[in-house]
Amino acid sequence: MGFRTDRQRVHGLGTSHTGAHHWWSQRLTAVGMLILVPFFLFPFVRALGTDFETVREIYGHPFNAVVAMLTLAVGFLHLQQGLQVVIEDYVHDKPVLVAMLVANVVLCAAFAMTGIFAVAKIAFA
Amino acid sequence: MVEFALPKNSRVVTGKTWPRPEGATNVRAFRIYRWDPDTGENPRIDTYFVDLDTCGPMMLDALIKIKNEIDPTLTFRRSCREGICGSCAMNIDGINTLACIWGIDEVKGDVRIYPLPHMPVIKDLVPDLTHFYAQHASIKPWLETSTVTPEHEWRQSPEDRKKLDGLYECVMCACCSTSCPSYWWNGDRYLGPAALLHAYRWIIDSRDEATGERLDNLDDPFKLYRCHTIMNCAQTCPKHLNPAKAIAEIKMLMVERQM
Repeated sequence: MGFRTDRQRVHGLGTSHTGAHHWWSQRLTAVGMLILVPFFLFPFVRALGTDFETVREIYGHPFNAVVAMLTLAVGFLHLQQGLQVVIEDYVHDKPVLVAMLVANVVLCAAFAMTGIFAVAKIAFA
Repeated sequence: MVEFALPKNSRVVTGKTWPRPEGATNVRAFRIYRWDPDTGENPRIDTYFVDLDTCGPMMLDALIKIKNEIDPTLTFRRSCREGICGSCAMNIDGINTLACIWGIDEVKGDVRIYPLPHMPVIKDLVPDLTHFYAQHASIKPWLETSTVTPEHEWRQSPEDRKKLDGLYECVMCACCSTSCPSYWWNGDRYLGPAALLHAYRWIIDSRDEATGERLDNLDDPFKLYRCHTIMNCAQTCPKHLNPAKAIAEIKMLMVERQM
């Protein structure tokens, strides 16, 4: 405690002037998913369990491929934003917090890019 | 990480059971959290039996009766006994409320009374609210103006005055903030529903000239955006206000000023 006043502790390091952007972006990606996911699911379910030639044909269609890539990009961005909030809520140890926030960004980006690459590979096969 | 279990010296143990009043027929048991910082003992739950035929109708009446007639060491805050001072906020039967406006007949069976959750306890039912009050002060809960003060009052239209309804009634009892899981986990930095409701009350006051600065001061992942719309605040408010809605309105204004 060290004789700090309550007002000193409440003000802390002050306002970061970020937060509104993150909140708004999370809402936008949520709405984006709401629109994208049905269009993504329709060809995806059709492709499930079929042979490679059929899958290639479905994702060779630009609309299906673009929607799938967009869903992956927007979905993983939304996941990264959501997980960041959960991590900030529950992890209070600063070094662990920073490590988890970095891992969150790196892993979400890696998964998204892997998925997008896979769709592109099928589409252009 | 967040701690989900109480530290060893905070675990609640069974305390003393006080004798039943003789000859009474309409008796209710009150199980009340007791902790005395001077003894070094763990907190305990004492059981008191109150004759409801000789007791007022409210929870606060029963607490005062216990203090007057059974155990004068029982410690709690109270003042106005009509829901306007916010002193007697406590957790009764699992919900944060004001003891003075919560009827004994609203609880079936034994009445369990605890201090407001997740706050440092000073003694028995008295929580330490200094940080909570400092957070309230940090949002500058007063009219901020730069225009020369008019000769008479700052004028406000009836429509603009109406916008303060549902906000100005807050008595700062801390029921909402201490019911909020986000405030439990991050109460050191998250301002909590009570302070944010007051912040919004001044943000939408048509007479206030510091609206932008007020929003600037809240644009922070912890001060404002720890609110995840859990809604415990609105559920528990003894004055039936809706802090969650006030917080949502602040978030909307934050976006509106970017566009």
